Amino acid sequence: MHDLQPITALGGLETRIDKFERIIITENDDLALASVAARKGYENDCRDKIKKILGDIPKPGQATLDNTEVGFWISPDQWMIKAPKSTHELLANNLKSFFLNTASITEQSGAWVCFDLTGSGVSEVMERLCAAPIRKMEVGEARRTTIHQLSCFVLCLKYQTHIRIFGPRASAATLHHAFMIAAKSCA
Amino acid sequence: MTQTNRFSTGGQIQRDTSHQFIFDGKRYKGHAGDTLASALLANRVRLMGRSFKYHRPRGLLTAGSEEPNAIVELRAGDRQEPNTRATTAELYDGLVAKSQNRLGSLRFDLLAINDRLSNFLTAGFYYKTFMWPAAFWEKIYEPIIRNAAGLGSLSLKDDPDVYDKGFLHCDLLIIGSGPSGLAAAITAARSGAQVIIADEDFCMGGRLNSETFLLEDISGSEWAIKIVGELKNMPNVRVMSRTTVIGAFDHGTYGAVERISDHVLQPEIDKPRQILWRIYTQRTILAGGAIERPIAFENNDRPGIMLASALRTYANRFSVTADKRVAIFTNNDDGHRTAVDLHNKGVKIAAVVDVRSDAPTSLDYEVLHGEIINTKGRLGLTFAEVRLKDGSVKSIKCGAIGMSGGWNPNVHMTCHQRGRPQWNKDLAAFVPGHDLPPGMTVAGAANGDFSTAGALRGGQTAAIEALNLKKTSFNLPTAEDATINLTPFWYVEGCSRAWLDQQNDVTVKDVKLSYQEGFRSVEHLKRYTTLGMATDQGKTSNMGGLAIMAELSGKSIPETGTTIFRPPYTPTAIGAFGGRHRGQDFHPKRLTPSHQWATEHNAVFVEVGNWLRAQWFPRDGETTWRESVDREVLATRKSVGVCDVTTLGKIDVQGTEAADFLNKIYCNGFAKLAVGKTRYGLMLREDGIAMDDGTAARLFEDHFVVTTTTANALPVYRHMEFVRQCLFPDIDVQLISTTEAWAQYAVAGPNSRSVLRKIVDQDISNDAFPFMACANITVCGGLRARLFRISFSGELAYEIAVPTAYGDALMRKIMQVGAEFNITPYGTEALGVMRIEKGHAAGNELNGTTTAQNLGMGRMISKKKDSIGSILSEREGLNTTSDLRQIGIKPIFSEASIPAGAHLMNITGPITAVHDQGYITSSCYSPNLGHAIALGFLKNGTERIGEHMRLVSPLTKVETKIEIVSPHFLDPEGERLRA
Repeated sequence: MHDLQPITALGGLETRIDKFERIIITENDDLALASVAARKGYENDCRDKIKKILGDIPKPGQATLDNTEVGFWISPDQWMIKAPKSTHELLANNLKSFFLNTASITEQSGAWVCFDLTGSGVSEVMERLCAAPIRKMEVGEARRTTIHQLSCFVLCLKYQTHIRIFGPRASAATLHHAFMIAAKSCA
Repeated sequence: MTQTNRFSTGGQIQRDTSHQFIFDGKRYKGHAGDTLASALLANRVRLMGRSFKYHRPRGLLTAGSEEPNAIVELRAGDRQEPNTRATTAELYDGLVAKSQNRLGSLRFDLLAINDRLSNFLTAGFYYKTFMWPAAFWEKIYEPIIRNAAGLGSLSLKDDPDVYDKGFLHCDLLIIGSGPSGLAAAITAARSGAQVIIADEDFCMGGRLNSETFLLEDISGSEWAIKIVGELKNMPNVRVMSRTTVIGAFDHGTYGAVERISDHVLQPEIDKPRQILWRIYTQRTILAGGAIERPIAFENNDRPGIMLASALRTYANRFSVTADKRVAIFTNNDDGHRTAVDLHNKGVKIAAVVDVRSDAPTSLDYEVLHGEIINTKGRLGLTFAEVRLKDGSVKSIKCGAIGMSGGWNPNVHMTCHQRGRPQWNKDLAAFVPGHDLPPGMTVAGAANGDFSTAGALRGGQTAAIEALNLKKTSFNLPTAEDATINLTPFWYVEGCSRAWLDQQNDVTVKDVKLSYQEGFRSVEHLKRYTTLGMATDQGKTSNMGGLAIMAELSGKSIPETGTTIFRPPYTPTAIGAFGGRHRGQDFHPKRLTPSHQWATEHNAVFVEVGNWLRAQWFPRDGETTWRESVDREVLATRKSVGVCDVTTLGKIDVQGTEAADFLNKIYCNGFAKLAVGKTRYGLMLREDGIAMDDGTAARLFEDHFVVTTTTANALPVYRHMEFVRQCLFPDIDVQLISTTEAWAQYAVAGPNSRSVLRKIVDQDISNDAFPFMACANITVCGGLRARLFRISFSGELAYEIAVPTAYGDALMRKIMQVGAEFNITPYGTEALGVMRIEKGHAAGNELNGTTTAQNLGMGRMISKKKDSIGSILSEREGLNTTSDLRQIGIKPIFSEASIPAGAHLMNITGPITAVHDQGYITSSCYSPNLGHAIALGFLKNGTERIGEHMRLVSPLTKVETKIEIVSPHFLDPEGERLRA
């Protein structure tokens, strides 16, 4: 067992939580991520395996949220799979064993920061952050959009009250700053 | 006594809430619900500004955002904002405003001398006068004109307020909340559609707030309050007052500025002053109303002369009269409506001057058939002269005149995508054309339906059609439905200084001069006279100028043409466009995994794109950056150093044909690269010019990791995706960026292996892990990691990578285990010094103009395969023997510096561009060699090693002798990195 202590994307040993009257911004560090891209000629096999893991095959603009592993579409025949880091630290390796030669698997755990925005003020805050039609997004919808010039994925977990955002990890501080400003502005 | 022009009752002001404000240093009182304009008028202040060119005294012309005259500097200190319209500035307690465009006081403006010189300062004066002598332009004319030009002044301080941006989506956007806008909104809202209704005013209702007629049995303003109240309670409706829709843009998007805090002294903490919304809508109803036209007559610009509809607004909405004696000059029935309203409030109507022979009569006031031909009053109107039909002239005592020349539908936003309005003969006005922005419908007065009933009908019909509704539960109220009775009348014959565009001081005479001098097209007229320019975009003046030009040229108005409008609808603060993207937040930051550690160790950071990289790590006693950098370089070459290189682009390349793919994007071969090996690769553009360099490590048969330079991480990835998706879509290869997924550190120096042996769980001896090896490994007892034996410094070196979350811990671990070897962290400056010492090309050399041959890498281009750029790299022009070649440079005199960008000249001969031999791309001080060194390009450079030349930099006045040397200053055989 190695002795290296990981830190969160915001640089802490614990995840950061910021509470406002109508919104809570939570850094979600329990994050194991891997991308799955179907190999040429194995697209159907890959989709079958995606369905086995996620319960469904996320279409463009969609995510599946029901299983331990959740996933969302990121480009044609390419998906991002997410699982709890606490139980799936080696998610990419496990996926490689499962998908074998049907897909290219790339570990993405360190590439992304994840924030959960919850509360009744979510839509109002998100309207200050990105062009996604946040009030129209149903549970399971996923959008790629920009927040403060950063390309992000926005997932709807609960209608108008829980939004999950995946953004570039190196810019976690910038993203968090943008969320804080928007939350204060809407408070 | 204050507010002597305020009626004792009526209006929509809150009389129980008084606001104190200051205008030009003098204190006044107004009420909540006032604008600055209405409050000044209530206090008998008619003089509010000076005109742009002639500095003539000016007062209010309008009561809305089309105002050309009452332009003030609002607020003070760092919140001072010039060119704010007093007519839209909402009054608040503590408001401070100042008139502008004056030298001295507003009453005694020294630049009013310009008015005396008006015969010389006509349209075209500048173009004719400042032509000669040519030498005078830059030193004399331009400074004078610049000093005199411009409206208002800037505080020259940072704006203390913040601005937000936001994004809204709806089925139907309604612009304007007058009768048509509200009828459309309530009809649409009750159908369940997502509706946004926006109005620039702080009080919704549009003209309903300015009129006295009833809708059913309640006043227009009460009806508006009722409808707005219902809309506000509907979850599918967003009611946005104080929100100006500024533009109609592509794909159904509209820009709108919401003024969150402009009506208070200063924004609450953390709250924005304004929000710039981008509204995405399926359909739009433009219900922007209409703007009344003035009439041009001699001296029609004196304070007190305004639009008749504005007089009505001030009286009915703000309970204010411009004066106790008011005259009306009209060509239509609407002017009489103003007279009736004012008369009913006890204002003396001095006369209604109507140009029509069939003008209605009145028992309450005198109606004169004729024209106002002149006015008097130095700083405000006192008398008007009327020429009656029989030719006699009558003088009327009055302090205000209401001009009513008909109405122009507010077509501004219909033009934002090059739509052209159409002439409507019955209205004598332009109405929206057929080429509207997609999805837009126009309703109400903006569409030429000037009666209230017509506007209500138009709004409801537009909503039904826009949403394809089968029925509606909203029944329209009964309302006035008067027909238009108007005789077109634009200006009074025989006048010389009759003002058309009061903001730009354009007169009827100027238009005639423009015609005389051949500037007859509408666009030429605008440029020649400045008609329609500046903050109001000619909303009250364009039609007058056009009509006069039409008359002069003997054409109809539509034949003469029309100008169109462009966004923004009203002036918009630049801050609103910037939003939160200013100062430190101008662009996002990317922090490296060791950022926290580097901060703890006093790193000086440098911006590299969005990345913040440690540039050097100063230590106690070091007084200059050079001391720190020299120390870091020497320590690394002597023992070991560590540098965060996470910022280098990393692209995961997988697939059964990944090697074939790399063979296409790199000019050198990759198909036979063994698993566990890394190779340097050079990427060419299609035109054969070098694009980027980097390495590709083969971790498995079907899995490579490509690295790029930091600067080109994104362009290279984009290029690779283009090649994959568009050029070779059938290849089995998958790409994804992993730049941020891995924290990567370069560990360099003769003791680097010794340091890493304490961390890496596997054998990394030279035999087990030779130069250019790569592998998936584990570190510190089991953490997955990657190791590459590559060197940018020329030393024995490795790059080690772990998942980013562990990057901070790994850096601390490396420093801990390296302590016994005096490990030294180094930044980008030391990195740069070492790569120049080694002769490695970087961004300065791969500068978009250089070829593989220039870089000394011509032989890397494989002839055994095809790759992007390889064919065009063989072009004759790129392969002459006298081509530039990368060389090293060192000074003859060791203390001399070598500035990058300097040029190389032969030791004798002229220093001219024709004789240029080459140039310096990178330079630094080499602490190992004890003098400056540089890389550069020299014609036929490979053959000129040892030659002495002159290095010149005319800009920095440097001329020194240098020697051309090999670009590899240290360890040219590469023994160190293979050790």
